[in-house]
Amino acid sequence: MIEFHLDARSGVAPYRQLIHQVRHALRLGLLRKGDQLPKVKDVVARLAINPNTVLKAYRELEYEGLVAARPGIGTFVTGTLDGGSLAAHGPLRRDLARWLARARRAGLDDESIEALFASTFRSASEEDIA
Amino acid sequence: MSAVIETGGLGKRYRRKWALTDCTLSVPAGHVVGLVGPNGAGKTTLLSLAVGLLAPDAGTIEVLGGVPGAGRAQLARVGFLAQDAPVYAGLSVADHLKLGARLNLGWDAGLARGRVDRLDLDPGQKAGTLSGGQRAQLALTLAVAKRPELLVLDEPVASLDPLARREFLADLMEAVAEQELSVVLSSHLVGDLERVCDYLIVLVGSRVRVAGPVEELLAAHHLLSGPRRDPATLPDGLEVISASHTDVQTTLLVRTSDPVMDPAWTMSEVGLEDLVLAYMSQAAGRRRRDNRHHLEVRK
Repeated sequence: MIEFHLDARSGVAPYRQLIHQVRHALRLGLLRKGDQLPKVKDVVARLAINPNTVLKAYRELEYEGLVAARPGIGTFVTGTLDGGSLAAHGPLRRDLARWLARARRAGLDDESIEALFASTFRSASEEDIA
Repeated sequence: MSAVIETGGLGKRYRRKWALTDCTLSVPAGHVVGLVGPNGAGKTTLLSLAVGLLAPDAGTIEVLGGVPGAGRAQLARVGFLAQDAPVYAGLSVADHLKLGARLNLGWDAGLARGRVDRLDLDPGQKAGTLSGGQRAQLALTLAVAKRPELLVLDEPVASLDPLARREFLADLMEAVAEQELSVVLSSHLVGDLERVCDYLIVLVGSRVRVAGPVEELLAAHHLLSGPRRDPATLPDGLEVISASHTDVQTTLLVRTSDPVMDPAWTMSEVGLEDLVLAYMSQAAGRRRRDNRHHLEVRK
Protein backbone atom coordinates (compact mmCIF):
# COMPACT_ATOMS: atom_id res chain seq x y z
CA MET A 1 0.00 0.00 0.00
CA ILE A 2 1.32 3.43 -0.88
CA GLU A 3 0.81 6.57 1.19
CA PHE A 4 -0.11 9.90 -0.38
CA HIS A 5 1.31 13.28 0.53
CA LEU A 6 0.50 16.78 -0.69
CA ASP A 7 2.71 19.72 -1.44
CA ALA A 8 0.60 22.79 -0.77
CA ARG A 9 3.18 25.13 -2.30
CA SER A 10 3.62 23.30 -5.60
CA GLY A 11 0.65 25.03 -7.20
CA VAL A 12 -0.39 21.67 -8.70
CA ALA A 13 -4.04 20.78 -8.06
CA PRO A 14 -4.31 18.17 -5.26
CA TYR A 15 -6.09 15.57 -7.46
CA ARG A 16 -3.27 15.86 -10.00
CA GLN A 17 -0.72 15.30 -7.26
CA LEU A 18 -2.50 12.08 -6.24
CA ILE A 19 -2.60 10.86 -9.87
CA HIS A 20 1.05 11.70 -10.29
CA GLN A 21 1.99 9.76 -7.16
CA VAL A 22 0.13 6.65 -8.32
CA ARG A 23 1.73 6.81 -11.76
CA HIS A 24 5.12 7.34 -10.16
CA ALA A 25 4.64 4.30 -7.91
CA LEU A 26 3.55 2.22 -10.92
CA ARG A 27 6.64 3.26 -12.83
CA LEU A 28 8.96 2.32 -10.02
CA GLY A 29 7.18 -0.97 -9.39
CA LEU A 30 6.05 0.10 -5.90
CA LEU A 31 2.51 -0.69 -7.07
CA ARG A 32 1.79 -3.83 -9.07
CA LYS A 33 -1.27 -5.40 -10.63
CA GLY A 34 -3.74 -6.45 -7.96
CA ASP A 35 -2.45 -4.02 -5.31
CA GLN A 36 -5.06 -1.94 -3.55
CA LEU A 37 -4.97 1.85 -3.50
CA PRO A 38 -5.60 3.52 -0.13
CA LYS A 39 -9.31 3.75 0.69
CA VAL A 40 -10.88 7.15 0.02
CA LYS A 41 -11.85 7.47 3.66
CA ASP A 42 -8.26 6.84 4.79
CA VAL A 43 -6.73 9.29 2.31
CA VAL A 44 -9.21 11.92 3.42
CA ALA A 45 -8.50 11.31 7.10
CA ARG A 46 -4.76 11.43 6.54
CA LEU A 47 -4.53 14.51 4.33
CA ALA A 48 -7.59 16.48 5.49
CA ILE A 49 -8.81 16.91 1.92
CA ASN A 50 -12.20 16.78 0.26
CA PRO A 51 -13.34 13.21 -0.60
CA ASN A 52 -14.33 14.42 -4.09
CA THR A 53 -10.66 15.22 -4.74
CA VAL A 54 -9.67 11.60 -4.12
CA LEU A 55 -12.66 10.25 -6.08
CA LYS A 56 -11.75 12.47 -8.99
CA ALA A 57 -8.15 11.24 -9.02
CA TYR A 58 -9.26 7.58 -8.84
CA ARG A 59 -11.82 8.13 -11.61
CA GLU A 60 -9.17 9.60 -13.85
CA LEU A 61 -6.80 6.70 -13.17
CA GLU A 62 -9.65 4.32 -13.94
CA TYR A 63 -10.29 6.14 -17.21
CA GLU A 64 -6.62 5.67 -18.09
CA GLY A 65 -7.08 1.95 -17.49
CA LEU A 66 -4.59 1.84 -14.63
CA VAL A 67 -6.97 0.97 -11.81
CA ALA A 68 -10.48 -0.44 -11.36
CA ALA A 69 -12.97 0.18 -8.58
CA ARG A 70 -14.71 -2.81 -7.01
CA PRO A 71 -17.79 -1.37 -5.36
CA GLY A 72 -17.79 -1.82 -1.61
CA ILE A 73 -14.27 -3.26 -1.55
CA GLY A 74 -11.85 -0.70 -2.91
CA THR A 75 -9.79 0.40 -5.88
CA PHE A 76 -7.21 -1.98 -7.33
CA VAL A 77 -4.33 -1.67 -9.75
CA THR A 78 -5.07 -3.26 -13.13
CA GLY A 79 -2.42 -1.74 -15.38
CA THR A 80 1.29 -1.14 -15.43
CA LEU A 81 3.50 1.71 -16.53
CA ASP A 82 6.91 0.07 -16.24
CA GLY A 83 6.74 -1.26 -19.83
CA GLY A 84 8.17 -4.59 -18.67
CA SER A 85 11.50 -2.91 -18.02
CA LEU A 86 11.51 -3.16 -14.24
CA ALA A 87 14.26 -5.81 -14.27
CA ALA A 88 16.57 -3.34 -16.01
CA HIS A 89 16.10 -0.71 -13.31
CA GLY A 90 18.69 -2.15 -10.93
CA PRO A 91 21.69 -2.17 -13.26
CA LEU A 92 20.71 1.21 -14.74
CA ARG A 93 20.42 2.70 -11.28
CA ARG A 94 23.92 1.37 -10.43
CA ASP A 95 25.37 2.87 -13.64
CA LEU A 96 23.73 6.17 -12.85
CA ALA A 97 25.07 6.17 -9.29
CA ARG A 98 28.59 5.54 -10.65
CA TRP A 99 28.16 8.37 -13.15
CA LEU A 100 26.93 10.73 -10.40
CA ALA A 101 29.97 9.90 -8.27
CA ARG A 102 32.23 10.73 -11.22
CA ALA A 103 30.41 14.01 -11.84
CA ARG A 104 30.93 14.99 -8.20
CA ARG A 105 34.60 14.10 -8.31
CA ALA A 106 34.86 16.35 -11.35
CA GLY A 107 33.50 19.18 -9.20
CA LEU A 108 29.91 19.51 -10.49
CA ASP A 109 27.33 20.71 -7.97
CA ASP A 110 23.66 19.58 -7.89
CA GLU A 111 22.45 22.28 -10.22
CA SER A 112 25.17 21.63 -12.81
CA ILE A 113 24.45 17.89 -12.71
CA GLU A 114 20.74 18.48 -13.25
CA ALA A 115 21.40 20.95 -16.07
CA LEU A 116 23.84 18.58 -17.76
CA PHE A 117 21.41 15.66 -17.48
CA ALA A 118 18.46 17.73 -18.76
CA SER A 119 20.34 19.11 -21.76
CA THR A 120 21.82 15.70 -22.69
CA PHE A 121 18.37 14.12 -22.28
CA ARG A 122 16.86 16.76 -24.56
CA SER A 123 19.45 16.45 -27.32
CA ALA A 124 19.26 12.62 -27.15
CA SER A 125 15.45 12.77 -27.54
CA GLU A 126 15.83 15.13 -30.49
CA GLU A 127 18.28 12.73 -32.19
CA ASP A 128 15.77 9.91 -31.66
CA ILE A 129 13.11 11.92 -33.41
CA ALA A 130 15.45 12.89 -36.25
CA MET B 1 -29.37 17.03 -7.33
CA SER B 2 -31.34 19.81 -5.72
CA ALA B 3 -29.93 22.84 -3.96
CA VAL B 4 -29.02 22.65 -0.28
CA ILE B 5 -29.29 26.42 0.10
CA GLU B 6 -31.29 28.61 -2.25
CA THR B 7 -31.63 32.32 -1.58
CA GLY B 8 -33.16 35.18 -3.55
CA GLY B 9 -32.45 38.81 -2.70
CA LEU B 10 -31.87 37.73 0.89
CA GLY B 11 -31.15 40.50 3.39
CA LYS B 12 -30.80 40.95 7.13
CA ARG B 13 -30.70 44.21 9.03
CA TYR B 14 -29.57 44.97 12.58
CA ARG B 15 -31.25 48.26 13.44
CA ARG B 16 -30.35 50.51 10.48
CA LYS B 17 -27.31 48.61 9.28
CA TRP B 18 -27.64 45.84 6.71
CA ALA B 19 -25.50 42.84 7.70
CA LEU B 20 -26.44 40.96 4.54
CA THR B 21 -27.58 42.59 1.32
CA ASP B 22 -29.23 41.23 -1.82
CA CYS B 23 -27.81 37.74 -1.43
CA THR B 24 -28.82 35.40 -4.27
CA LEU B 25 -27.26 31.95 -4.19
CA SER B 26 -27.97 28.41 -5.27
CA VAL B 27 -25.62 25.94 -3.61
CA PRO B 28 -25.85 22.42 -5.06
CA ALA B 29 -25.88 19.34 -2.81
CA GLY B 30 -22.87 17.11 -2.26
CA HIS B 31 -20.30 19.84 -1.85
CA VAL B 32 -18.10 21.11 0.92
CA VAL B 33 -18.77 24.82 0.66
CA GLY B 34 -16.34 27.39 2.00
CA LEU B 35 -17.86 30.71 3.03
CA VAL B 36 -14.96 33.17 3.19
CA GLY B 37 -14.75 36.82 4.05
CA PRO B 38 -13.19 39.21 6.54
CA ASN B 39 -14.56 39.58 10.05
CA GLY B 40 -17.87 41.41 10.03
CA ALA B 41 -18.64 40.52 6.39
CA GLY B 42 -21.95 38.85 7.26
CA LYS B 43 -20.86 35.19 7.33
CA THR B 44 -22.42 34.39 10.71
CA THR B 45 -25.59 36.23 9.68
CA LEU B 46 -25.94 34.14 6.52
CA LEU B 47 -25.32 30.89 8.40
CA SER B 48 -27.75 31.87 11.17
CA LEU B 49 -30.40 32.54 8.53
CA ALA B 50 -29.72 29.11 7.00
CA VAL B 51 -30.27 27.27 10.27
CA GLY B 52 -33.27 29.37 11.29
CA LEU B 53 -31.72 31.23 14.22
CA LEU B 54 -32.49 34.49 12.43
CA ALA B 55 -35.42 35.46 10.21
CA PRO B 56 -34.76 37.44 7.01
CA ASP B 57 -35.73 41.13 6.64
CA ALA B 58 -35.72 40.88 2.85
CA GLY B 59 -35.85 38.18 0.21
CA THR B 60 -36.20 34.43 0.61
CA ILE B 61 -34.16 31.47 1.80
CA GLU B 62 -34.81 27.75 1.40
CA VAL B 63 -32.66 25.05 2.94
CA LEU B 64 -33.01 21.49 1.59
CA GLY B 65 -36.22 22.73 0.03
CA GLY B 66 -37.76 23.78 3.35
CA VAL B 67 -38.05 26.86 5.55
CA PRO B 68 -35.02 27.05 7.88
CA GLY B 69 -35.81 26.03 11.46
CA ALA B 70 -39.48 25.29 10.71
CA GLY B 71 -40.53 22.22 12.68
CA ARG B 72 -38.74 19.17 14.09
CA ALA B 73 -38.32 17.44 10.74
CA GLN B 74 -36.46 20.40 9.23
CA LEU B 75 -34.32 20.82 12.36
CA ALA B 76 -33.34 17.15 12.21
CA ARG B 77 -32.05 17.51 8.65
CA VAL B 78 -29.59 20.31 9.45
CA GLY B 79 -26.67 20.13 11.88
CA PHE B 80 -25.18 23.37 13.19
CA LEU B 81 -21.93 24.05 14.98
CA ALA B 82 -21.85 27.62 16.26
CA GLN B 83 -18.70 29.71 16.55
CA ASP B 84 -16.17 28.50 19.18
CA ALA B 85 -17.93 25.11 19.46
CA PRO B 86 -20.11 25.75 22.51
CA VAL B 87 -20.51 22.81 24.91
CA TYR B 88 -21.93 22.61 28.44
CA ALA B 89 -18.90 23.09 30.69
CA GLY B 90 -20.51 21.37 33.68
CA LEU B 91 -21.65 18.27 31.79
CA SER B 92 -19.44 15.27 31.07
CA VAL B 93 -18.74 13.89 27.60
CA ALA B 94 -21.16 11.02 28.30
CA ASP B 95 -23.84 13.52 29.42
CA HIS B 96 -23.49 15.32 26.10
CA LEU B 97 -24.15 12.10 24.20
CA LYS B 98 -27.17 11.36 26.41
CA LEU B 99 -28.47 14.85 25.76
CA GLY B 100 -27.91 14.41 22.03
CA ALA B 101 -29.89 11.15 22.09
CA ARG B 102 -32.82 12.78 23.91
CA LEU B 103 -32.99 15.90 21.76
CA ASN B 104 -32.57 14.46 18.28
CA LEU B 105 -34.95 12.36 16.21
CA GLY B 106 -32.44 10.46 14.13
CA TRP B 107 -29.66 10.10 16.75
CA ASP B 108 -27.04 7.50 15.85
CA ALA B 109 -25.78 6.32 19.26
CA GLY B 110 -23.30 3.84 17.77
CA LEU B 111 -21.71 6.51 15.62
CA ALA B 112 -21.44 8.92 18.56
CA ARG B 113 -19.86 6.30 20.87
CA GLY B 114 -17.50 5.12 18.13
CA ARG B 115 -16.27 8.66 17.53
CA VAL B 116 -15.74 9.38 21.23
CA ASP B 117 -13.70 6.14 21.52
CA ARG B 118 -11.66 6.89 18.44
CA LEU B 119 -10.96 10.45 19.54
CA ASP B 120 -9.82 9.12 22.90
CA LEU B 121 -12.20 11.32 24.86
CA ASP B 122 -12.81 10.22 28.46
CA PRO B 123 -16.62 9.83 28.79
CA GLY B 124 -16.48 10.88 32.45
CA GLN B 125 -14.56 14.12 31.84
CA LYS B 126 -16.36 17.43 32.25
CA ALA B 127 -16.54 19.29 28.93
CA GLY B 128 -15.25 22.47 30.60
CA THR B 129 -11.86 20.84 31.19
CA LEU B 130 -11.38 19.62 27.59
CA SER B 131 -8.79 21.28 25.35
CA GLY B 132 -10.02 23.57 22.57
CA GLY B 133 -9.43 20.84 20.01
CA GLN B 134 -11.25 18.20 22.05
CA ARG B 135 -14.17 20.55 22.68
CA ALA B 136 -14.50 21.16 18.93
CA GLN B 137 -14.34 17.39 18.30
CA LEU B 138 -17.07 16.76 20.87
CA ALA B 139 -19.29 19.44 19.36
CA LEU B 140 -18.68 17.96 15.88
CA THR B 141 -19.57 14.51 17.23
CA LEU B 142 -22.95 15.83 18.42
CA ALA B 143 -23.60 17.56 15.11
CA VAL B 144 -22.63 14.52 13.03
CA ALA B 145 -24.39 11.88 15.17
CA LYS B 146 -27.76 13.48 14.55
CA ARG B 147 -27.22 12.33 10.96
CA PRO B 148 -28.01 15.59 9.21
CA GLU B 149 -28.15 16.01 5.43
CA LEU B 150 -26.51 19.40 5.74
CA LEU B 151 -23.90 20.37 8.28
CA VAL B 152 -23.32 24.09 8.91
CA LEU B 153 -20.17 25.14 10.76
CA ASP B 154 -19.38 28.71 11.76
CA GLU B 155 -15.60 29.35 11.98
CA PRO B 156 -14.99 25.83 13.30
CA VAL B 157 -11.20 26.01 13.34
CA ALA B 158 -10.56 29.70 14.06
CA SER B 159 -9.61 29.17 17.70
CA LEU B 160 -7.61 25.94 17.21
CA ASP B 161 -3.84 25.49 16.95
CA PRO B 162 -2.51 24.21 13.59
CA LEU B 163 -2.40 20.54 14.65
CA ALA B 164 -5.91 20.55 16.15
CA ARG B 165 -7.06 22.41 13.04
CA ARG B 166 -5.71 19.71 10.73
CA GLU B 167 -7.15 16.92 12.91
CA PHE B 168 -10.56 18.58 13.02
CA LEU B 169 -10.71 19.05 9.24
CA ALA B 170 -9.46 15.49 8.60
CA ASP B 171 -12.14 14.21 10.91
CA LEU B 172 -14.80 16.32 9.23
CA MET B 173 -13.75 15.09 5.78
CA GLU B 174 -13.93 11.49 7.01
CA ALA B 175 -17.51 12.12 8.12
CA VAL B 176 -18.26 13.61 4.69
CA ALA B 177 -16.81 10.52 2.98
CA GLU B 178 -18.77 8.13 5.19
CA GLN B 179 -22.12 9.86 5.41
CA GLU B 180 -22.38 11.78 2.15
CA LEU B 181 -23.08 15.02 3.93
CA SER B 182 -23.25 18.44 2.36
CA VAL B 183 -21.21 20.90 4.39
CA VAL B 184 -21.08 24.68 4.61
CA LEU B 185 -18.28 26.09 6.72
CA SER B 186 -17.08 29.64 7.19
CA SER B 187 -13.64 31.03 7.84
CA HIS B 188 -11.88 34.36 7.57
CA LEU B 189 -8.78 32.48 6.36
CA VAL B 190 -8.95 30.87 2.95
CA GLY B 191 -5.84 28.81 3.75
CA ASP B 192 -7.89 26.75 6.20
CA LEU B 193 -10.37 25.84 3.52
CA GLU B 194 -8.20 25.39 0.46
CA ARG B 195 -7.84 21.64 0.81
CA VAL B 196 -11.32 20.80 1.95
CA CYS B 197 -13.67 22.98 -0.10
CA ASP B 198 -14.85 22.31 -3.62
CA TYR B 199 -17.28 25.22 -3.71
CA LEU B 200 -16.55 28.76 -2.61
CA ILE B 201 -18.59 31.79 -1.61
CA VAL B 202 -16.75 35.07 -1.00
CA LEU B 203 -18.68 37.49 1.17
CA VAL B 204 -17.35 41.01 1.72
CA GLY B 205 -19.12 44.01 3.24
CA SER B 206 -22.51 42.23 3.47
CA ARG B 207 -22.49 41.23 -0.21
CA VAL B 208 -21.64 38.05 -2.11
CA ARG B 209 -18.70 38.97 -4.39
CA VAL B 210 -18.25 35.64 -6.12
CA ALA B 211 -19.59 32.08 -5.74
CA GLY B 212 -19.08 28.83 -7.59
CA PRO B 213 -17.28 25.48 -7.81
CA VAL B 214 -13.60 26.02 -6.94
CA GLU B 215 -12.33 24.41 -10.13
CA GLU B 216 -14.52 26.60 -12.34
CA LEU B 217 -13.46 29.71 -10.46
CA LEU B 218 -9.79 28.86 -10.81
CA ALA B 219 -10.23 28.11 -14.52
CA ALA B 220 -12.00 31.42 -15.15
CA HIS B 221 -9.49 33.69 -13.42
CA HIS B 222 -6.04 34.59 -14.66
CA LEU B 223 -3.16 36.76 -13.67
CA LEU B 224 -1.92 39.03 -16.47
CA SER B 225 1.26 41.03 -16.35
CA GLY B 226 2.72 43.26 -19.01
CA PRO B 227 3.87 46.75 -19.86
CA ARG B 228 1.91 49.48 -18.15
CA ARG B 229 -1.40 50.35 -19.76
CA ASP B 230 -4.83 51.64 -18.98
CA PRO B 231 -7.24 48.80 -18.04
CA ALA B 232 -9.89 50.64 -20.10
CA THR B 233 -8.04 49.58 -23.27
CA LEU B 234 -8.52 45.88 -22.52
CA PRO B 235 -10.69 43.72 -24.80
CA ASP B 236 -14.38 43.19 -24.01
CA GLY B 237 -15.45 40.23 -21.91
CA LEU B 238 -12.58 40.73 -19.52
CA GLU B 239 -13.55 41.67 -16.01
CA VAL B 240 -10.74 43.23 -13.99
CA ILE B 241 -10.94 42.09 -10.38
CA SER B 242 -7.77 43.75 -9.15
CA ALA B 243 -5.12 45.89 -10.80
CA SER B 244 -1.76 47.18 -9.64
CA HIS B 245 0.68 49.36 -11.54
CA THR B 246 4.30 50.34 -11.28
CA ASP B 247 5.71 53.06 -13.54
CA VAL B 248 6.49 50.45 -16.23
CA GLN B 249 4.31 47.44 -15.47
CA THR B 250 0.67 46.54 -14.97
CA THR B 251 -0.51 43.41 -13.16
CA LEU B 252 -4.15 42.40 -13.41
CA LEU B 253 -6.27 39.66 -11.97
CA VAL B 254 -9.07 39.14 -14.49
CA ARG B 255 -12.10 36.97 -14.94
CA THR B 256 -12.69 35.72 -18.47
CA SER B 257 -14.00 32.65 -20.22
CA ASP B 258 -11.78 33.15 -23.28
CA PRO B 259 -8.00 32.92 -23.38
CA VAL B 260 -6.25 36.29 -23.66
CA MET B 261 -4.45 36.32 -27.02
CA ASP B 262 -2.64 39.66 -26.73
CA PRO B 263 1.09 38.76 -26.73
CA ALA B 264 1.90 41.83 -24.63
CA TRP B 265 0.47 40.03 -21.60
CA THR B 266 2.06 37.16 -19.74
CA MET B 267 -0.78 35.01 -18.50
CA SER B 268 -0.48 32.76 -15.47
CA GLU B 269 -2.66 30.60 -13.26
CA VAL B 270 -4.05 32.04 -10.07
CA GLY B 271 -4.30 30.28 -6.70
CA LEU B 272 -7.40 30.22 -4.55
CA GLU B 273 -5.90 32.48 -1.91
CA ASP B 274 -4.91 35.14 -4.45
CA LEU B 275 -8.35 34.94 -6.01
CA VAL B 276 -10.12 35.51 -2.69
CA LEU B 277 -7.76 38.31 -1.69
CA ALA B 278 -8.36 40.04 -5.03
CA TYR B 279 -12.12 40.08 -4.43
CA MET B 280 -11.60 41.30 -0.89
CA SER B 281 -9.30 44.14 -1.93
CA GLN B 282 -11.65 45.03 -4.78
CA ALA B 283 -14.41 45.56 -2.22
CA ALA B 284 -12.09 47.48 0.12
CA GLY B 285 -10.90 49.71 -2.74
CA ARG B 286 -14.45 50.49 -3.73
CA ARG B 287 -15.25 51.43 -0.14
CA ARG B 288 -12.22 53.72 0.06
CA ARG B 289 -13.23 55.44 -3.17
CA ASP B 290 -16.79 55.84 -1.93
CA ASN B 291 -15.56 57.41 1.30
CA ARG B 292 -13.31 59.82 -0.52
CA HIS B 293 -16.14 60.83 -2.75
CA HIS B 294 -18.31 61.27 0.28
CA LEU B 295 -15.77 63.57 1.94
CA GLU B 296 -15.40 65.72 -1.15
CA VAL B 297 -19.12 66.21 -1.37
CA ARG B 298 -19.30 67.32 2.22
CA LYS B 299 -16.46 69.80 1.76
